[in-house]
Amino acid sequence: MAKFLLKRLLALVGILFLVSLGIFMLVHLLPGDPTTTILGPNDTAHNRAVLMQQLGLNKPIWTQYFLWLGNVLHGNLGQSFITHQTVTSTLANAFPIDLELIVISQIVALGVAIPLAIASAKKPNGLLDRVSTTTSFAMLALPPFIIIVFAVLIFSIHFHVFPGPGSYVPFTQNPISNLHTMILPSLVLAIGSVVIYFRLLRGDLITTLQEEFIVMARSKGLSNRYIMWRHALRPSSLSLLAAAGLNIGGLVAGAFVVEFLLAIPGLGYALVNSIQQVDYLAVQGITLFVAVVVVVLNFIIDFLFTIVDPRIARE
Amino acid sequence: MSSTTDAAPTSESLAGTPAAPKEKSALGKIFWISIIWIGLVFLLAIVASWIGLDDPNNGNFALINSSPSWSHPFGTDDLGRDILSRVIYGARVSLIVGFGAMAIGMGLGGTLGMIAAYRRGAVDTLVSAASYVMLAFPALVAVIAIVAFWGHDIWKITIIVGIASTPLVYRVVRAATLSYATREFVTAAKAQGATDTRILTRELLPNVLPTIISYFLIGVATVIILEGALAFLGLSVPAPTASWGNMINESRTYLSDNPWLALFPSMAMFLFLIALNLVGDVLRQSFDVQESKL
Repeated sequence: MAKFLLKRLLALVGILFLVSLGIFMLVHLLPGDPTTTILGPNDTAHNRAVLMQQLGLNKPIWTQYFLWLGNVLHGNLGQSFITHQTVTSTLANAFPIDLELIVISQIVALGVAIPLAIASAKKPNGLLDRVSTTTSFAMLALPPFIIIVFAVLIFSIHFHVFPGPGSYVPFTQNPISNLHTMILPSLVLAIGSVVIYFRLLRGDLITTLQEEFIVMARSKGLSNRYIMWRHALRPSSLSLLAAAGLNIGGLVAGAFVVEFLLAIPGLGYALVNSIQQVDYLAVQGITLFVAVVVVVLNFIIDFLFTIVDPRIARE
Repeated sequence: MSSTTDAAPTSESLAGTPAAPKEKSALGKIFWISIIWIGLVFLLAIVASWIGLDDPNNGNFALINSSPSWSHPFGTDDLGRDILSRVIYGARVSLIVGFGAMAIGMGLGGTLGMIAAYRRGAVDTLVSAASYVMLAFPALVAVIAIVAFWGHDIWKITIIVGIASTPLVYRVVRAATLSYATREFVTAAKAQGATDTRILTRELLPNVLPTIISYFLIGVATVIILEGALAFLGLSVPAPTASWGNMINESRTYLSDNPWLALFPSMAMFLFLIALNLVGDVLRQSFDVQESKL
């Protein structure tokens, strides 16, 4: 077990190193000159060269990479050329917003998907099952940006239930109106997750309910409810955990569009803004942060698997 | 990692339940309707310039944000452009980006996946490791960054998204090939002195092809959604070119005045995506791809 964990940790470090290298190269090999962005297109070549020197952009690319990596490992992601805000403070401001969105949406998603899957799996091909399976299949073809446009049209413009784009209020300023503005984007994000969790859990449960140990439990006279929650749901929780891990990783990125549309200043909003301003360090920092979060999350979930099911470690 | 991929999100499907024979024929009907619909979208996108549609990029300023009428069945947008015409021309972008990117992904990832699964050894280890690193990257973030810096014309978007899809395609094709690479018919072909190229193209490819086709269609659907997401960040094909994503994005400003502007491109995208998913799903079911081997 310890050896397995060590091996996985080494792989994690390796992957993180490659990811950091990938991001650095990506940002640096792409066209776009930061000196033009900072000084404007009409400045002299001399001023440009001075600035390049100041920013350390005239050093060989490998030196630049290791300087950057060294700083990153010390928790210093650099300072934006444009806003003069440190990238870490940008992240500290933006990430809690994404976290809030994801937590609310996942609570809603699991709260809807699990009972619905259980109810559907009780009678496969029953009315509820057919309706929910068909609906969820259709929902797969509804990307969040379509849902959000119509959600805004219906709930903000017509019925004024939720505030429209651009009405974000920080949680610390007013928790109630903050939650009020976050409900709509969270629900939109939740829909996609409900579909994934429901489809997965329903299929899993139907298979599990045909197993012998369920027949055994039934013949012992255990109640259906007890069998469902204690016997059937348990093995399925593994695959649900896996799906949740993959899905949450995707949500960090998926939340970007929803944030951008509703002008919620989360990571996606910050990233698109810094891309538009050719703000190298901010783009690098945010991308690296998201990648690290996703990689570490997957690592933790892999690890949880080996705890729940020790056979995996022995492979 | 292998344990997490077992739970592919779309593992269950419409046809997943043990269905009565009667229902199977109903599903077949929907399957064929989907195929016809996909074909129709293709046809319209190809012949768009010759079927007497209004100019998709130049509108009639006297008639802006109008509701559907006989001369403009889907209404007009904020610049007086015919929405029907823009929806049909917009299909070109979704089709080129969707099918183009997946063709690139399949060409690169599929070839590498087959070779890695057939050869194993160092090639497999190296390419598989690279694919894990690429998968660790949140694809949307990477695509946004590259598109933003490199430029967003339709071909660049296609290439970038195509390359971004490569690691996922690689894993799927590799897994599918692995289950055949050690089978007797491959050994037999080797014993008869068949070249590697021949084994890959004549023995393995026909077996892996069903998997490739069904994942291809579902991949196309994913890429079309990605194009939409890029459009919302202002990173899809530049204006005034119509794309479904661009149109839905532009509609946001006029939502209360002109909901038609949002409705028709959304419907077009939704119906096309659902048709792709359905056909992909039915194909996958009928060829019985074992997801547990991924």
